[in-house]
Amino acid sequence: MASLTIKNGRVIDPASGLDEKTDVVLSRGKVEKIGKVSKPSGKVIDASGCIVAPGLIDVHVHFREPGQEEKETIETGAASAVNGGFTTVCCMPNTRPALDDDGRIEFVYTQAAKANLCNVYPVGAITKERKGEELAEIGLMAKAGAVAFSDDGIAVASASVMSKALKYVKQTGLPIMQHCEEPSLTGGAAMNAGPIATRLGLGGWPAVAEELIIQRDVMLNASIGCRYHIQHMTTAGGVDIVRRARKAGQPVTAEVSPHHLLLTDEACSGYDTHAKMNPPLRTKDDIKALLKGVKDGVITVLATDHAPHTREEKELEFANAPFGIIGLDCALSLYIKALIDTGTIDWPQLLAMMTINGAELCNLEGKGTLAPGADADVTIIDPNESYTIDVNDFASKSRNCPFNGWNVTGRAIATIVGGSVKMQREAARSK
Amino acid sequence: MSAPAKVKDGPEYAWPHPHVIGLETLSADDIRHILRTARGFADVSTRSVKKVPALRGKVVVNLFFEPSTRTKSSFYLAASRLSADVLDFSSGSSSLSKGETVVDTAKNIEAMGVDVIVVRHKESGVPKMLAEAVDCAVVNAGDGAHEHPTQGLLDLYTIAQRTGRTDTFDLSGLTVAIVGDIQHSRVARSNIYGLQKLGAKVLLVGPPTLLPGTFESFGCEVHHTFDPVLERVDVVNMLRVQFERITSQAFPSVREYASVYGLTTQRMKRMKKDVVVMHPGPINRGLEIESAVADGPNSAILQQVTNGLAVRMAVLYLVHGAKHAE
Repeated sequence: MASLTIKNGRVIDPASGLDEKTDVVLSRGKVEKIGKVSKPSGKVIDASGCIVAPGLIDVHVHFREPGQEEKETIETGAASAVNGGFTTVCCMPNTRPALDDDGRIEFVYTQAAKANLCNVYPVGAITKERKGEELAEIGLMAKAGAVAFSDDGIAVASASVMSKALKYVKQTGLPIMQHCEEPSLTGGAAMNAGPIATRLGLGGWPAVAEELIIQRDVMLNASIGCRYHIQHMTTAGGVDIVRRARKAGQPVTAEVSPHHLLLTDEACSGYDTHAKMNPPLRTKDDIKALLKGVKDGVITVLATDHAPHTREEKELEFANAPFGIIGLDCALSLYIKALIDTGTIDWPQLLAMMTINGAELCNLEGKGTLAPGADADVTIIDPNESYTIDVNDFASKSRNCPFNGWNVTGRAIATIVGGSVKMQREAARSK
Repeated sequence: MSAPAKVKDGPEYAWPHPHVIGLETLSADDIRHILRTARGFADVSTRSVKKVPALRGKVVVNLFFEPSTRTKSSFYLAASRLSADVLDFSSGSSSLSKGETVVDTAKNIEAMGVDVIVVRHKESGVPKMLAEAVDCAVVNAGDGAHEHPTQGLLDLYTIAQRTGRTDTFDLSGLTVAIVGDIQHSRVARSNIYGLQKLGAKVLLVGPPTLLPGTFESFGCEVHHTFDPVLERVDVVNMLRVQFERITSQAFPSVREYASVYGLTTQRMKRMKKDVVVMHPGPINRGLEIESAVADGPNSAILQQVTNGLAVRMAVLYLVHGAKHAE
């Protein structure tokens, strides 16, 4: 593969602490060199005024394949990722059937290779059929390339099963990811429990249902020491528990999604099913605590929970419509709005949470950094491009996004995976 | 009377709503306008020819996704008395992702040339969804635990009648207790909005498992025992315990519930002499309310049913008119 030089960008590589205006040379699928190049050979992209970052990583997406290809496929999901500047994603195992054995893990790799758009890593189920009863074939899945384990969509409710899972996953060296929801408290829930749910006459999902599972798992894990990752955290109480656990030296990490930083349960007024997600949109106070958690490094990873659903499903009654929204196409712009525009964190910290932290969480070697020798996955970001989010421009197969029509600033203008340019917008000046 | 008596509201007021989804979104003026219009219709039921031609040639459809006998019959009669043609469309099953959605169903019915859709559904929010999706007028006949606006209106009407306030429909100075399963009650929510807008004070009474603290955000007093408020109230609205909506056991036994929250003759003795006793029906006799009380002189239960007709006539008449004016 011919070499590609990205010139004059602000190169930010949080993994190596680099933040300077320089050039990046990619060659044979790897980062060859960082530094000024006077006479580049091969293709050149002028990144003046742009940020050149390691390819963005999203450790939490739903690509619905196998089984629900009407919502998304690995190919359309990967296209959505590339459109939003992501070069690597980890897809959750709540497919039909669930990704709970090595054959299905291999299937994801096969489909991803066929799509040939971005790196797609599978997350294996913790329990067979995600039923929370018996451990799935964790060892075989790890061998086949699963990068983490989760029953996402539901929590492992039984403390006994979870305790076994933590012990068993620990020996693989991979993390366990928990969807933190105590199910006995969320029967019939459609949105955050609170005055708005009461007014709308909808079932409430109380914050304590999340906090209980986080606290329980942290306690179970204290003597086990598996790497434990909290998916899509939403509550102020949850942030407190994680803060304490991390302070005590426990191997606990956590992620947050764009919608939980930008929207509250007010968005459910009017029964807009695009505001229905699990865990649900919470309150202003929760957002405040999440932002502080991001700022303080308690929350380590930004992840979209990209959850495609068809239009017909989202047109159902609020109580019957499925949970979830899509995020990959516009997530970067939304994180900029939530975290950079508010002065919560700076670019290097934002990019650390979208690159190296996810790579380290899932042991993705060669990902998340621009260090020479790393995989040639690069995202070029124009931090000044203002645009209006239009779901019809998304590459995802679905359109269920509450941010349609939002004005945002900053977006990926080029996505380079393994040295080849998978997405480049007109704004990116090519020579 | 061939058309309802002209309702005087001051020169600027014109009923603006093509849909009635809930009392939360209506103003005090709107609510009083409905009640005054209902007052004009009230005597139609007492005549030998129980019809006015207000909606002659129009079609009202009862689109009920949840079983109902009395509300559906009441809407049926109300529409008939306005000379509308009434189509009954009942569908017990809820929609599933692979089947026809509620919106599809409504659009199909609308395509047959319907003027007003009266909708009941077990899920909150469906009437609002339909109002956004169809062109005809939509009236909410009860959605999930959200609102039941015509029940709220007929309760307001009945209270005004029993307290001699049908000239102004001003309920200032009255204290109304709503007792029972508040959390799952659309009747409670519509009553709270309507009563507060017309000036009444609302007390909510029920076990903490059926009356969460979030109801304080409505600006109501929240009580978990009945006895301490008995002397204070002018009206008591006893809600039906909705066994079908209670997903997990919310009180230990029927016996215990009846003993703590039931309206018994014993409790009646401690209440104001002319306290108005209401219940949206159907009654669980001996649970929420003792038979002697339900059938006694303070009971306005049958009057509520009668007023339901006039109120529903008014709502159908007004939404159709607003739709027509669009």
